[in-house]
Amino acid sequence: MDKLIISPSPHVHSGDTISNKMIGVFIALLPAYVAGLYFFGLGALIISVTAVLSCLLFEYLIQRFILKGPVTITDGSAALTGLLLAFNLPSNLPVWIVIIGSLVAIGIAKMSFGGLGNNPFNPALVGRVFLLISFPAQMTTWPKPVPWNPAYLDAVTAATPLALLKGQITEIPSALNLFLGNMGGSIGEVSALALLIGFIYLLIRKIITWHIPVSILFTVFVFTGILHYTNPETYIGTPVFHLLTGGILLGAIFMATDYVTSPMNPRGMLLYGLGIGVITVLIRVFGSYPEGVSFAILIMNAFTPLINKYIKPKRFGSPE
Amino acid sequence: MRTFKMGGIHPQEYKLSAGIKIQDADLPRQAVIPLGHYLGIPSNAVIAKGDTIKVGQLIGQAGGHVSANVHSSVSGIVNRIEGAFDASGYKVPSVFIDVEGDEWLESIDRTREVKRECTLTPAGIIKKITESGIVGLGGATFPTHVKLTPPPGKKAEVLIVNGVECEPYLTCDHQLMLEKGEEILVGVTILMKAIDVNRAVIGIENNKKDAIALMQRLAKTFEGIQVVPLQVQYPQGGEKQLVDAILGRQVPSGALPIEVGAVVQNVATAFAVYEAVQKNKPLFERVITITGKSMAHHGNYRARIGTPLISVVEQAGGIPEDTGKIVAGGPMMGRALSNLDIAVAKGTSGVLFIPTVESARKQMQNCIRCTKCVVVCPMGLEPYLLMTQSERSMWKEMENERIMDCIECGCCSFTCPSNRPLLDYLRLGKTTVNKIIRNRHARK
Repeated sequence: MDKLIISPSPHVHSGDTISNKMIGVFIALLPAYVAGLYFFGLGALIISVTAVLSCLLFEYLIQRFILKGPVTITDGSAALTGLLLAFNLPSNLPVWIVIIGSLVAIGIAKMSFGGLGNNPFNPALVGRVFLLISFPAQMTTWPKPVPWNPAYLDAVTAATPLALLKGQITEIPSALNLFLGNMGGSIGEVSALALLIGFIYLLIRKIITWHIPVSILFTVFVFTGILHYTNPETYIGTPVFHLLTGGILLGAIFMATDYVTSPMNPRGMLLYGLGIGVITVLIRVFGSYPEGVSFAILIMNAFTPLINKYIKPKRFGSPE
Repeated sequence: MRTFKMGGIHPQEYKLSAGIKIQDADLPRQAVIPLGHYLGIPSNAVIAKGDTIKVGQLIGQAGGHVSANVHSSVSGIVNRIEGAFDASGYKVPSVFIDVEGDEWLESIDRTREVKRECTLTPAGIIKKITESGIVGLGGATFPTHVKLTPPPGKKAEVLIVNGVECEPYLTCDHQLMLEKGEEILVGVTILMKAIDVNRAVIGIENNKKDAIALMQRLAKTFEGIQVVPLQVQYPQGGEKQLVDAILGRQVPSGALPIEVGAVVQNVATAFAVYEAVQKNKPLFERVITITGKSMAHHGNYRARIGTPLISVVEQAGGIPEDTGKIVAGGPMMGRALSNLDIAVAKGTSGVLFIPTVESARKQMQNCIRCTKCVVVCPMGLEPYLLMTQSERSMWKEMENERIMDCIECGCCSFTCPSNRPLLDYLRLGKTTVNKIIRNRHARK
C-alpha cells in the first residue's frame, strides 16, 4: 500500500468497454457474413477485406497525421464501419471504388465531425450512398448468387428482386430462397435467416434493444400491407416480400441501430423507426430508386438530435 | 419475483463476510463521537471538558427539528470537544472521550431476554425514539422521529422495512437479521404502532435466502408483518425503488414515500428502535462490515459509535497489503477515505478495502451514445445529457431535466463502456442546482 486513491463513488465498474460492444456486433454479423461468402464467394471476401483494411488505414492516417492525437483504431469501430460498408456493396465492385467509399465513410462522415461518438450520420451509409450516387451503374448490378463463387469482377449478374416493384422484372425467387438469401443483392443483406440470428444475439447480449428494428419492420409491414391489400395490382409487393428483400433487415438490425446516430431512449427509438419505415416504403413504392433504406436511415439520422431534445424517457414517478 | 421496474444494475455481489457472526469490536482508548450528522443540524454538547461520562449518557442535545441526540458510547473522561474529520472529508464537532472501563447507565436493560410487549402510546414511542437519538442506519442518517411524524394531512398505510442491503460486499444488515431477527420484528411492531398502521412489509433480496426463511418463520408469530423476497437488483435499497418494488407505487418527483402512503425504515433502525424502547438503550453502537477481496478476516463487528475505524480494522487483521482504496460504506455509494482515523458514525455501514489494481479509474473515452446510462438510470434520467450540461454550466437546463431527482446511485458511471465520470458531473450539477433553488426560495 503506497498511496490511497480518493475519488467519488461508484468505486466499481462493470468492466464493459467500447471494443467489447464492437466485438459483440462483429459476432452478430458473422452469420450474415458467412452467408455473403457462401452466395457471392471470392468477390465478397475481397471487398470486405478491402473495406475493413482501408477504413482502419484511413482512421489511422487521419488520427496520426492530421489530428495528431491518440490513435484509437483498436476500439474496433473503424473496422466495424468497414465491414458494414462492405455488407452494403455488391460483390463485383472494383477495389478502388471500395477504397473511395471507405475514405468517404471514415474521412468525411466520421473523422471530420470529431471521430467516434460525434458523427451525426451513419458513416458506412454515407460511404454507401456516396458510391450509389457517384457510381450508379456499378452500384446497382449485383452478381447472381453462386455457392462459393470463384468469380469476382466477371461474375454473372442478376437483378435484385426489388426491381419487381419498378416493373423491371416479373419473376422473383421463392419465399424460402428470399428467406435464406439465395438472390441478387449486396453482400450482407441477402440472408434474412442469418441477419435474424445476429439480431437475436444482439438482443441476448443486450448490445441493442428491440425498439428500433421492430419499429422499422413493423412499420414497413403495416404500411406495405395497407397498400398491397387495398390495391394489389398497383402495389404488387406483399408485406412479406418487402421485409425479405433489399436491405431492410440489414438496415433495421445493424445500420439504424448504430449507437451514435440513433435516439437515446425507447420512445425516441420507436418514433425514429417509424420514420425510417415510412420513408423506406415511400422511396421503394413511389420513388425512382428501387431501394430506400439507406436514404431513410440517413434522413432519420438528421432528426435524431431533434428527437432526443423533445422525446424524453419516462421519468420515475411521472404519471404517464 | 418482485423488483423495481425502472433501470438498475446487477454488480457482482462479493458478499464475502456473509454468515460470519457479529463480534464485539474492542473498546478504543479514545472515542471520537461526532455531534454532527450528514443531514441536518449538529447537536449541542451538554457536557464539558473533564466531565466523567457513562455509557449511554446524553452528550449532545438535538440542535433542531432535523437533528438527533447523541449519547456516549463509552465511559470515561471528556478530553476535549473539537472538530474531527468524518467520512465526507469535512470537520464535524466531536466529543473526544478518554475511555476508562465500560460502565453503563443503570437504566439500560442489558439482559438478552427478548421483550415483546410494548405498552407505550404512539406519542410515547416517538418521544422515546427522539430521546434515544435514533437515525436511519441505512446510510442517509435521517432522524427517525422526523420520518415517523408525517406532515399534516398525510397518513401512512404501510410500513416498508428495508432489509435489501443491495450494495455489494456489505453484510451487516444480513447478519443482524440472522442474529436479531425477533428483536427486529418487535422493533417493526413498535414502529407500526408509532405510525398507526396494521401492515408492514419487509423486503429482503433473494441472495439472503437464510434471512428470508428465518424472518418469514418469525414473522408468523407477529400480527400483520409480511416478508417479501426481492430479485437482486441495485439500487433496490433506495427508498423510492423499494416502495416501487414492494407496493408497485412510484413516489412522485420531489416527494417523500408518505405521498403514496409508505414509511420506510431500515432493519438496523428497527433493531435500534427495539433496543431504545424495550431496553432503554440509546443508539450508541451499530454493526459494521469489514471486508475486501484481500482481507484476511472478513467480519461483522458491533462497534461503539466513535471507535476509530483503524481500531476495528486492526482487530480484523489490519489493512491488506495490496490496498489502493479504502471506502467507508459499499462500493457503489461509499466514500473513499484518506485514512482510518475517522470514527465509526451512526451512518457507517462498513469499511471496504479495494486492491490497487481495481482502484484507479480507467481512461475516459468519447461518449458513443450507447444509451446504457439511460437504460440503467432508476429515476428515468439521461445521464449522458446531464453530464454535458454540467460540463457547460447549464444549470437551468439541468433543473428542467430533473437533476434533483438523481439519487446518486452510480449506475450510470458503473455501466458506461467509455468510463465517463457521469455521476461526478451529475453531483456537481445537483449541488449547484440545489443552491440555486434554495436562493430562489430565500428571496421569495
